[in-house]
Amino acid sequence: MAEEKKTTRKKIQAADTMNRIMADYFYGLNEAATTGKRKVAWCTSVGPAELLQAMGFAVHFPENHAAMLGATRMSTDLIPEANAIGYSPDICSYLTADIGAYLKGITPLAKAYPGIQSVPKPDVLVYNTNQCRDVQDWMAWYSKKFGVPSIGVTSPKNVNDVTDAHIDDVTRQIEALIPTLEGISGVKLDMDRLRETVSLSRECTELWKKVLETAIASPAPLTFFDGTIHMGPAVVLRGTREAIDYYKVLLAELEQRIRDGVGAVDGETSRIYWEGMPVWGRLRQHSELFAGLGSAVLASTYCSSWIFPSFSGVDPIRSMAKAYLELFIVRSDRYKETYIKEMLGKFRIDGIIYHDAKTCPYNSNSRYGLPGRVEAETGVPSLVISGDLNDLRCVSDEQTKTNIEAFIEQIAEGR
Amino acid sequence: MPAPVFVGLDIGSSRTKVAVIDADRQVLGHAVRKSGTDFSATASACLDESLEMAGARRDGIVNAISTGYGRANVAFVTAQSKTEIGCLSRWGRDRFHEAITIIDIGGQDNKVIKLDGDGRRASFKMNRKCAAGTGAFLEEMSLRLDIPLEAMDALARQSLEMVKLGSYCTVFSATEVLENIRHGKKVPDIVKGLFYSVVKRVLEMDSHAGRVVMTGGVVAHNPYIVEMAGEMVGRPVILPEFPQLAGAVGAALYALDETDPTGIRNDIPAGETDG
Repeated sequence: MAEEKKTTRKKIQAADTMNRIMADYFYGLNEAATTGKRKVAWCTSVGPAELLQAMGFAVHFPENHAAMLGATRMSTDLIPEANAIGYSPDICSYLTADIGAYLKGITPLAKAYPGIQSVPKPDVLVYNTNQCRDVQDWMAWYSKKFGVPSIGVTSPKNVNDVTDAHIDDVTRQIEALIPTLEGISGVKLDMDRLRETVSLSRECTELWKKVLETAIASPAPLTFFDGTIHMGPAVVLRGTREAIDYYKVLLAELEQRIRDGVGAVDGETSRIYWEGMPVWGRLRQHSELFAGLGSAVLASTYCSSWIFPSFSGVDPIRSMAKAYLELFIVRSDRYKETYIKEMLGKFRIDGIIYHDAKTCPYNSNSRYGLPGRVEAETGVPSLVISGDLNDLRCVSDEQTKTNIEAFIEQIAEGR
Repeated sequence: MPAPVFVGLDIGSSRTKVAVIDADRQVLGHAVRKSGTDFSATASACLDESLEMAGARRDGIVNAISTGYGRANVAFVTAQSKTEIGCLSRWGRDRFHEAITIIDIGGQDNKVIKLDGDGRRASFKMNRKCAAGTGAFLEEMSLRLDIPLEAMDALARQSLEMVKLGSYCTVFSATEVLENIRHGKKVPDIVKGLFYSVVKRVLEMDSHAGRVVMTGGVVAHNPYIVEMAGEMVGRPVILPEFPQLAGAVGAALYALDETDPTGIRNDIPAGETDG
């Protein structure tokens, strides 16, 4: 019988350390919310988390929670709850899954971390629309539900060159948040503490960059699928010493793999770039599918989106504004093309897969001709797969499998 | 010693196709059946039928490769399976020695595959998760109109004033069909409209470089679709011999490749199977 090859993921030993610091983080959040010892802020994943950390808030990231709903495959049953109250199945399935979970009164945190019964009740909601408009609507719903303010930054979009005018705009918007946040937290912003927090964030993201760049080695010591898990601290613990310490441990392990010639995928025969969101509910299947084909998906835009080279303790607020603006998702297609071409070269990529996520147009870069333009210039073949980040009703496993297998065949035959 | 043969089994979502070829890449036997729910049993029955047609026996099978959605479910195939995209490409590379675009319309998916002048696969696209332009669309419409699938081609050819259907969606298209029936439109005009919808959906998936070749069960049974595609592309579209078997023949060619280390042989004139 033509058996389908099963390949398990190669475990990264540092994962145990990560699980511990992530558990500490979630229990800390829960304690803040249940005891009232610290005020709780909900924040979009890219920022302005540094400001909130520096002001002493315990910070919850709804996007992180939504990704957990996806990875635990709870989301598809929860999304309809939000659909039923008027939030369309066509909008962000992070938003609909998260609101659906709230409506049903359930959270994956309860299963993963005994003693936690719900997401932490917020005192304030803070967003940055640099990723999409949906985050603002998401926070708006909770603002009404909890009766707490929703404040944030309305970011420029489709930016080619980040100019002083853009940075001035976002800087002023971040500064305008401070009085409200001071009112809620009851403490004045300590600029020295903000400088330290931003410096720690910078150090964290530099280490994260080094972690991701270990995949330049052949065979690559980690994959995109590992990256989506191990980026957790870079998302929720930026600005803390714990995240920095963790990435030092992870980096050391990956560097040892390189010295030992150990790849994340045995017998790496092709090197793939992933553009777009992961399909959270299919991480393991996708990881095993590629590994079974001897193919390493080793670099991605998504995991690289938590690298902020502009963070600086010298002028922290302005540097935050610049860093949040320089993000890939904020940029023009011209910039994105240049970025992707550089990544294809840097990681010696054989093929690029664009995930066209049904409910996430902002992270789906296959809709305005970009794949064709990049392919024409680089000669690196591309594949667009249809799916979604959280809504598995939009995912066809068999079509995905056939597409990916045929793509890897094509790469092999093209050699 | 039984005559050595090479077998390709294409277990599709709708039909199972088997092709038996010899070492000279000639198709000796073939069979097509509904895939049903027991892929292995259907493939086995198809295999016996095609071996009989080929005058060959199971112990004469040198190698066999499976493809299609059920490619991992064929108990008697020991070799590695290939994707149907790979098999269609392999078939195209064997039959045409020039840049071509293969448009395959299957039961539940469509594929547009581009081969360069050297027969290398340059790109491919599959339809998104949607039945538009697939065999499933025509099956659904034949049920709605209460017309046997096999009668559709002749009906479409009788059309004098085609009805244009605008929707992507099979369900919305069905509503449009009902609306046209209500307005007294003639059945041949509606059926031609359905064909036009299929052709539009598959042609708009990609651009069409080189010669365009159409394969799959839908065009095998409805060759008028190929003629309509030719009109829309602006040049003749090729309907090869055994269009429904292209994937199975490609799988059989892979089976032969794995036996013959020299791979593709170019000693047989190109285009011999062009229809």
